[in-house]
Amino acid sequence: MAYLELQNLHRDFGTVKALNGIDISLGEGEFLSLLGPSGCGKTTALRLVAGFDRPNRGSIVVDGKDVTNVAPSKRDMGMVFQAYSLFPNMTARQNVEFGLRIRGRDKADRGKRVGDLLELVGLGHAADRYPHQLSGGMQQRVALARALAIEPRVLLLDEPLSALDAKVRVQLREEIRRIQLELGITTLYVTHDQEEALSVSDHVAVMYRGRIEQMGAPAEMYSAPATPFVAEFIGTMNRLEAIVVDGGSGAVEHGGVTLMVEAARGRAKGDRVLVLVRPETVDVAPANGDGGADTLSGDVITQTFLGPVTRLKIVGPGTDLIADVSTVKAASLPVGMRVTASLPAGDARVLELSDEPLPEIAEEPAPAGR
Amino acid sequence: MRLRRGPTLSAYIWLSLGALYFIVPLFATLLFSLNKNSTGKCCTIASYTWVIHNGDFWHTLKISLLLAVETIVVSLLLFVPTIYWVHLKLPRLRPVIAFFALIPFVVPPIIMVVGLLKVYKGSPDWFYAKPWGFLVAAYVILAFPYTFFSLDAGFRSIDVHTLTEASQSLGANWVTTLFKVILPNIRAAALSAAFLTLAVVLGEFTIANLSAFHTFPLFLQYVNETQAYPAAALTLMSFGLTWGAMLSLLLVGRKRGGSGGVFGGAR
Repeated sequence: MAYLELQNLHRDFGTVKALNGIDISLGEGEFLSLLGPSGCGKTTALRLVAGFDRPNRGSIVVDGKDVTNVAPSKRDMGMVFQAYSLFPNMTARQNVEFGLRIRGRDKADRGKRVGDLLELVGLGHAADRYPHQLSGGMQQRVALARALAIEPRVLLLDEPLSALDAKVRVQLREEIRRIQLELGITTLYVTHDQEEALSVSDHVAVMYRGRIEQMGAPAEMYSAPATPFVAEFIGTMNRLEAIVVDGGSGAVEHGGVTLMVEAARGRAKGDRVLVLVRPETVDVAPANGDGGADTLSGDVITQTFLGPVTRLKIVGPGTDLIADVSTVKAASLPVGMRVTASLPAGDARVLELSDEPLPEIAEEPAPAGR
Repeated sequence: MRLRRGPTLSAYIWLSLGALYFIVPLFATLLFSLNKNSTGKCCTIASYTWVIHNGDFWHTLKISLLLAVETIVVSLLLFVPTIYWVHLKLPRLRPVIAFFALIPFVVPPIIMVVGLLKVYKGSPDWFYAKPWGFLVAAYVILAFPYTFFSLDAGFRSIDVHTLTEASQSLGANWVTTLFKVILPNIRAAALSAAFLTLAVVLGEFTIANLSAFHTFPLFLQYVNETQAYPAAALTLMSFGLTWGAMLSLLLVGRKRGGSGGVFGGAR
């Protein structure tokens, strides 16, 4: 049974539709990440759940109760903000204790809970430090402990790691997941970092222009993107425009070459499709003659060293491909060399190609009014 | 690595010149105040004794200090929630208020008092005929620029939105958020506003004179016109009193440590 439900949520800021009818259903103790580029509506959705803003239409239900019009102070939602939000006039201990004082908990109870939570986030030794005496990572840990202290019904995290450096970010995201699993708390996490979302979540919802493009398990989102935008946003994807030649065998034509794609089977001849291929599944070899059917030919234009793999950009007649090959193999495929690229018949995905231009992932202006 | 260098000779020279600019007049006033009334020569503390034993001195000082306290309280009660709300919900209104805050600088007090006397003419006696009503209303307006710009700097130095939302998400209502979270973090700015208001009220002459209230600056002016040496003594004493009052405000405001904060609201 769903614990947190967002039902047909709409939010407009003037003429900008920040949220255009989103539906989310999350079970108790589950971790959902809202993932998308700037301005896609993910923070707006989180603020609606927190109660800092009201939807134009739709409702928010927690544990069977409609909380859409409940004040934020009455919702019992613990929130960790993107900006450092600790109260500067209070120590770490006093910050964590704040929500418990508001709830009128007795001193002994407060002391024990605050101590336990600061230990949980690894800051038992820093309880008496003021925020300006803590690093960014430590401040966000205290903010997490403070949000957890009130035993919230839902934990909301609004890009809590975006101000931290890369190493601390990885460390802290793992801690957030550990604590979430330990406490079994229902969590809604907003991020624009796909690696972060995929690594800690039970479910990921990719948002674009105020809508949820796709929602599912991280592995599913990566391996079976439902829309060109999701394919582009999660990981790197080759997007090849093609025309179905034979729906029975799965033959499609791209750049003058016939490719066999199993996912194209059953499509009508002449259909325009988008063939999606992950760079790591492309097999690259030095060209010997034409390369034949089922392979694309082109020249290696650039090599980008990524550690264990090297990314090749291959450009040929009517095609533009990215392929990840082992760094050892890349040494034999220098820039300027003519190569052939074989696509995996079984691993490629096929989406119907609409007349709309393919979305580009770019920064969009955030809606007015926060 | 750069070595840290001490102040240069020219820095000391400029600092000394600056200090002399303030110290020489004070020292001259001190010497003048120590002259004997009969001979006009040094040295006696008779002028200081005269001031201390003058009933009007204590009476007008008490009135001015009470007026200052009342003006500070009214100003903070009025402007802290207002400026908080403007920063939180109506940021577009901020430049408009900043413009209005400049008006007391532009309009001379003599014009202002004539206008205020007309505006408040029909008001009840307890307000119009008493310094605690009319004068405080005028002083709140007069101190508005100092109060607004000090508090505004304080609110700009903190993340009002995030702190408010964090407080609310933890269950605090608006009053708790204002008094427990926001106010302690703009304490330096509120103190700054209070200092400046105190200085304005203790030195304000025109409005009190034209509205016929006998305050400390009027007593100072009276002595200045009638008693040369005690006037100098009184000037020095009022200077010391103003600084003493400011220091006690500072000590009261700084009783609790923590977030620190720099005088004037900047952090």
